[in-house]
Amino acid sequence: MEFLANPTFWFAVIRSMTPVLLTAMGASIARKAGLVNLSHEGVMLVSALAGVMGSAYTGSLLAGMICGVFFAVAIELLMAYFTLILKSDIVITGVAINLAAAGGTVFVMYSAIQDRGVSAKLYSLSYPTVELPFIKEIPFLGQILSGHNILTYMAFLMIIVVYIFIYKTTYGKKIRAVGQSPEAAASVGINVVKVQTVAFFLCGIFVAFGGMFLSMGYMTMFTANMTAGRGFIALAATNMAGGNPLGAFAGAFVYGFSYSLANYLQNANIFPLEAIMAFPYLFIVLVYALFSWFDRRRNKESQPF
Amino acid sequence: MENLLEVKDVTKIYPGGVVANYKVKFTVREGEIHALVGENGAGKSTLMKMLFGFEDMTEGEFFFKGKKVHFTSSKDAIENGIGMVHQHFMLVPSFTVSENLTLGSEENFLKVFINEKKCRQATLEIADKYGFSIDVDKKVRDISVGMKQKLEILKVLYRGAKLIILDEPTAVLTPQETKELFEQLLILKSMKYTIIFISHKLDEVKYLCDRLTILKQGRSMGTYDVDQLTQLEISELMVGREIQFNYEKPEQQYGEAVLAVKDIKYVDKFGIDKLKGVSFKLREGEILGLAGVEGNGQSEVISIITGELKQDHGSVFAFNEDITNLKIADRREKGLANVPEDRMEDGCAQTLSVMDNLVTINIHHFIKHKMILDFKKMRTYAKELIKNFDILCKNEDQEIKRLSGGNIQKTIVAREFSLEKPILIINQPTRGIDVGSIEFIHKKILEKRHNGDSILLSSADLGELMALSDRILVFFKGEIVANIADVKHISEAELGLYMLGLKRDENSVLEGVSYAG
Amino acid sequence: MLDKLKNKIDTYSLLRVFCAILIAYTCTIIIIFTFSKVPFTAMYKFFLGPFTSKRNFFNVVETAIPLLFAGLALNVIQKGGLTNLIADGALYMGAVIASVAAISLSLPKGIHAAVAIAMASLVGGLITLIPAIIKKFTGAWEMVVAIMLNTVFFYVGQYIINSKYLDEVAGYASYKFAKTSKLGHLISGTQMHYGFIIVIIVFILVYILMEKTLFGYDLKIVGVNMRYAKNAGINVFKVVMLSQFIGGCIAGMGGAVEVLGIYDRFLWVNQVSFVWDAILINILAGEKTANIPLTAFFFSFIRVGAGIMSRGTDLDQEIVAIIQAIIIFLVSAERFMYTYKIKREQKAALMEKDRILTQQQTEVL
Repeated sequence: MEFLANPTFWFAVIRSMTPVLLTAMGASIARKAGLVNLSHEGVMLVSALAGVMGSAYTGSLLAGMICGVFFAVAIELLMAYFTLILKSDIVITGVAINLAAAGGTVFVMYSAIQDRGVSAKLYSLSYPTVELPFIKEIPFLGQILSGHNILTYMAFLMIIVVYIFIYKTTYGKKIRAVGQSPEAAASVGINVVKVQTVAFFLCGIFVAFGGMFLSMGYMTMFTANMTAGRGFIALAATNMAGGNPLGAFAGAFVYGFSYSLANYLQNANIFPLEAIMAFPYLFIVLVYALFSWFDRRRNKESQPF
Repeated sequence: MENLLEVKDVTKIYPGGVVANYKVKFTVREGEIHALVGENGAGKSTLMKMLFGFEDMTEGEFFFKGKKVHFTSSKDAIENGIGMVHQHFMLVPSFTVSENLTLGSEENFLKVFINEKKCRQATLEIADKYGFSIDVDKKVRDISVGMKQKLEILKVLYRGAKLIILDEPTAVLTPQETKELFEQLLILKSMKYTIIFISHKLDEVKYLCDRLTILKQGRSMGTYDVDQLTQLEISELMVGREIQFNYEKPEQQYGEAVLAVKDIKYVDKFGIDKLKGVSFKLREGEILGLAGVEGNGQSEVISIITGELKQDHGSVFAFNEDITNLKIADRREKGLANVPEDRMEDGCAQTLSVMDNLVTINIHHFIKHKMILDFKKMRTYAKELIKNFDILCKNEDQEIKRLSGGNIQKTIVAREFSLEKPILIINQPTRGIDVGSIEFIHKKILEKRHNGDSILLSSADLGELMALSDRILVFFKGEIVANIADVKHISEAELGLYMLGLKRDENSVLEGVSYAG
Repeated sequence: MLDKLKNKIDTYSLLRVFCAILIAYTCTIIIIFTFSKVPFTAMYKFFLGPFTSKRNFFNVVETAIPLLFAGLALNVIQKGGLTNLIADGALYMGAVIASVAAISLSLPKGIHAAVAIAMASLVGGLITLIPAIIKKFTGAWEMVVAIMLNTVFFYVGQYIINSKYLDEVAGYASYKFAKTSKLGHLISGTQMHYGFIIVIIVFILVYILMEKTLFGYDLKIVGVNMRYAKNAGINVFKVVMLSQFIGGCIAGMGGAVEVLGIYDRFLWVNQVSFVWDAILINILAGEKTANIPLTAFFFSFIRVGAGIMSRGTDLDQEIVAIIQAIIIFLVSAERFMYTYKIKREQKAALMEKDRILTQQQTEVL
């Protein structure tokens, strides 16, 4: 158990929860708007590759960032068009995007650099890490909190920003109204389709950064399928909390903790490695089931079948 | 007083040929409470949907404050001064009262941040202004139905409505809440607001409103001062069919009771007392009609008999066996057949074929080799039923939703009537279908009676009820107020008196429970 | 006869699917021409590759086998009205259980495989019940639960293999399966195994189940209108649970067959993703059981074609993913070719309206 006292461990926890946290912020907004957006896995992949290629070919981090965000948002808006205007099933559309992204990113990478595994040939730029003055001097805490990638700090800041956006602003209230009761929203003149499109748009921005963190934060390359289910974890963490960003944060934390724990316990024999890796998923299922049960009791709903 | 709203020759025909409204014409004066009455399906809701732009008009015009208007959304309508309170509340359950009230037009800082304190205040102020007492901070999912409704009214007032339309507002209110609502509406009237009160509850209309317009089958039957007509006269204008039914009913010997309900009590999820201790028996070979204005308990008692609803108290017997705690499937096995009120939701599987819909309740007859279905047998059976019940369709494989309403209903009737030795529970069998199908179904019902089967028939169509029933039970506010054994010689007028609670006959009711079995 | 056929085939749907595939193929050709220096070779290899050799052709069949299992499994599961995507977990665990049986039991040839597959099916069925039960008692959305549990079961399977059946000598893989457990080769020179026969039999059984049995009928009603089903006396809970169990068994079986047919050892170190393919297979099949083999083979065909293309040209096989996505986007967009349908209906409605208006007017007079 000594690793719990090791600041490097906690540093790793914060680092590994970042992509899930960023994506979950976007997922929360989409969820609050009543959208069942399954595409995070795919959008993360696309933005991860787009950012790498954008920065590699232009030599500019900013260009890479814009590239990543652009493609992510484009896909989200495509999804918005198909589901809100053409009335596609939103679940199917999300699944299709994930599949297309998984394959499409490999395809594009191969076409560009003839490598279908990693983009190492591309010289991608990365987001800078930041040392926090003063904080880094604090013993123990300083080593945990300072020296992270700028996106990590942004992620944590975004928890507050997104929370305030959803619960304290007029537009956030519109989103929540649309998500819970589109008729109520329409009855006061809110354009439901427009609000949901905006939700897709905002979601795309956050998911883009979640994806770019993977390929341009910790590492500086794109690897095929590098999201490894993080998009789904973010989705589940969001659902678990009903779209509340704080709950999503908790879910992301559990993920980060388990992920780092698994690395640290590779050689120890307390728990099997597989149990640790499976833990966040199981945890999320249990919490989600529990919350749903409470919710149902509170709303006095009857059993589904 | 000028005309605030004018409805001129408004017509709506749906693709497929259903006429929802035909040349509806009336005016609403400023400052009055104007009732729009009609039974279910008469076209009241469709008319309002067209006013608010939810549906397109086929023909006709609306004039508001003298100008022709064509609203495209409820927002559009509200901005022009018309607000509607719907039957199904349009509120966000997890928001508080004040959050719901101010949705879309919140008091804010810098246009972005919600000023919750000011929102609360605005809510309190407006509630005060109109004399409504509501709990500003409670979440909508935790407040009573009466309060939800007040909130809906405040919502439209907050946004500047001058004409308020209320769609069946008292359907879900307790008597106390209804009283409060009426007080509020009269206050609004004194403040020169205009109200359209859509309802089929004639006693309320008489109490509250100044004038009324009657809709029947999509057409307007005229606008009257409320004092001009009695409730009975209104009811007749609302319900009477052009066609009179006149059937030869041979003399019948009734057997013992096949169905008995004892002291059924039921309070619905809104807390309203729907059944206050109802008891009756259905005899073998008899058609027992349930009469009453909609909402007086007939639907609930039928749902309790079929097993869809669970009663709070009391028991149900079929063929002398206690079926009170049996599931629907088991009740069907005992012989209960059910032609439900909502034929599309509960009576059929829309996208499946006619054949699929004909065999659902006796599918076990078509099993060969333990699990495999004998499609040949099924098809023959389906074809036969289609022929016997005159079901107009391309063939037994056609999707049932493509059939006309009458043919869909005939399919359902064909299915349910093919149960052996059934107790037939029939609810609004001929609502909204063509004359030919109506007569056909009536014929089949009488055939069953002749055969010795027993039928429980609930219908809002008095003509139908009186032409078919051997005996009629009248429901009023959750109780049976009359058991009319001599249906041939009672007039619709007298029946109406019972239905409106103006007359009771306790003795006959007791008789109705005294049968053997 | 033609009428009967017309009734069964929904021409409008068929047209839509056909158009979608056509559009997708066109997009593919455009992509090929954009990205490849040898576009004509690429096209030839992609569209016709599978026909160029015996090995390639049967590759299509082998690849289709697990897709068919997954597609059928999901078909049954979805007909129960639940989006229970745990087929991956069921399939993976099926493979694990079958591998364990293959390694640790010793039974005569044929029976060994049968036992392994049976155990795998049972486990798959039970696993699939879990999200459904959770949904029933807590209301938690089975889709999210299933996706999470897929990963959980992946690790459970990994744990089982890693803790007891890992063969250190062979790199990362389990011990070899006993010869008696494997499904023999059907056709020499290929990897075709008896799993093909098994899946055909399973398909026929599932088809009969869905279309010809009482259970299939009840399930159909439940899937279309649960209220009506309840009203008619169908035991909805039992029907739904059975559909999940049966679907899960098929998925478990699929994992077992794949592993015993193609491999000598268990070496799936990554999570499988058949359920996502299964979703697409079902959509393209219009949820009709009879069409599943067709769509499964179609997906297998384009996948193998893409593989052949990528081995012989400068394009990557993952182009398949893009094609799949386009097809699905188009097919599932209700409004795709909606205007065509609408125009037909509007015309009919207008004629009806005129008829009624004139009728009403004469009535009033």
